[in-house]
Amino acid sequence: MHRRAVLAGLGAVAASAPVAQAAQKPGWMSPLLPEGTRDAATLVRLPGKQPLIELTNRPPNYETPIDAFSNVITPNDRFFIRYHLGEIPDMDALKNWSLTIGGDAAERPLKLTMADLKKDFAQTEITAVCQCSGNQRGLFEPHVPGVEWGYGAMGNAVWRGVRLKDVLAKAGVKPGALEIWMGGADGPVMPATPPFRKSLPVQLAQRDDVLLAFSMNGQPLPHLNGFPLRVIVPGWTGTYWIKHLTSLEISTKPLPNFWIQKAYRVPAGMFPVDLPFTSQNDNATWPITEMVVNSVVATPLDGAKVTRSGFTVRGVAWDRGHGIKTVEVSFDGGTSWKPAVLDKDLGKYAFRGFSLASGALPPGPCKVMARAVSNAGETQATTLLRNPAGYHRNLPQTLTVSVA
Amino acid sequence: MMYRTIALTSLLLASPALADDVPLKPGPGVETVEANCAACHTTNYIRMNAPFLSPDTWKAEVTKMRVAFGSPIDDDVAKEIVAYLVAQYGAKP
Repeated sequence: MHRRAVLAGLGAVAASAPVAQAAQKPGWMSPLLPEGTRDAATLVRLPGKQPLIELTNRPPNYETPIDAFSNVITPNDRFFIRYHLGEIPDMDALKNWSLTIGGDAAERPLKLTMADLKKDFAQTEITAVCQCSGNQRGLFEPHVPGVEWGYGAMGNAVWRGVRLKDVLAKAGVKPGALEIWMGGADGPVMPATPPFRKSLPVQLAQRDDVLLAFSMNGQPLPHLNGFPLRVIVPGWTGTYWIKHLTSLEISTKPLPNFWIQKAYRVPAGMFPVDLPFTSQNDNATWPITEMVVNSVVATPLDGAKVTRSGFTVRGVAWDRGHGIKTVEVSFDGGTSWKPAVLDKDLGKYAFRGFSLASGALPPGPCKVMARAVSNAGETQATTLLRNPAGYHRNLPQTLTVSVA
Repeated sequence: MMYRTIALTSLLLASPALADDVPLKPGPGVETVEANCAACHTTNYIRMNAPFLSPDTWKAEVTKMRVAFGSPIDDDVAKEIVAYLVAQYGAKP
């Protein structure tokens, strides 16, 4: 009955509302989203969460309203939720949690409890962006099938945990290890559906900042953000950040699984990467891995009314781990650009906050844009880099406010 | 194994569309869609992916559910589902 318990929790708001009463709608959704998405989305408050934009409740897919990105750290109760498969163990079931480490390239297979993890390994922290590969998919033109995310399938948090490489070292990594296979406690409704598993190149797993995190912004991970332990892969898209992590396998072979070999692929060479995932590449496609440079304006909202004395643009920029060099803002639809003021640097994998005051403005529409440049010199796309699954959209956001 | 057991139990319990799913548009095949698709996911996936998918793309989505995700639906049922999706939630001509 564990699933029922989760569903009861998820459906709490919707189920208790009288049928005749209209569901609450998000305050703002991009007009670029499909008509059906704007019609279907509702604003729902899950247990322990502020209202999020519900795209689907089974499996749960909820995005963060865009105004949340006026804060550089995304609070746990506003952090987005993304699942592929419908069977999610509830908190009671997760109390029996443990992590097994094995595989054909493990010297000493072992099993760890949370107490073991906290006692036997050095703890560390990193501030890093977790962004769904398909964030902004709903803004693709033409539209592509999938979960039709707007801007909010992402968040930036302080993750605390232990280093993946330390845990792997405890099990002993044999020569010939190729990938680390990862699996979580959530699973499919039907046994024939492939479980959601992913792998990492063994070189990446040796990086100091790839963590197994039990804490998010100083609190235990929220249930639907991966309690009690999730993988943190700074710079890589959220698909590798396995939630409810229960198994690590040190393997000499590429993981044979739908979710890495058929799904989550991008055209070979279309997007820049520093560490290619060569064991999962083929001639035509590569697994999606490192994020692209991007920025989002959190305030003002598209369509807002502002006064002639002006307003302040505020948002966040991020990339795949080189850090943000500059963010520029335009108040005239891209004709002229001014450098924004960057907030304090919270690390190369974190959101970089930015802001810029418009100054006094003439009455009428004002078209605001923002664009970021990374320390690698990478810039946001000027035309959409189309790919079948709708990944990595990073066109500069354009919003129009009305000055009166 | 614990989770697999849970999955089978809930599959037996699952009514076609859960009470909190917004009903799909009426039309030939709607009961078939709700009985099959909603076993694993909310029918909001359909409402969300509309109205922009071509008949071929809707067919490819249903094929993905059968081939990649192991949905146990046969050819006739699949045809009925695709016809419904194209008619009610397909790209506008």
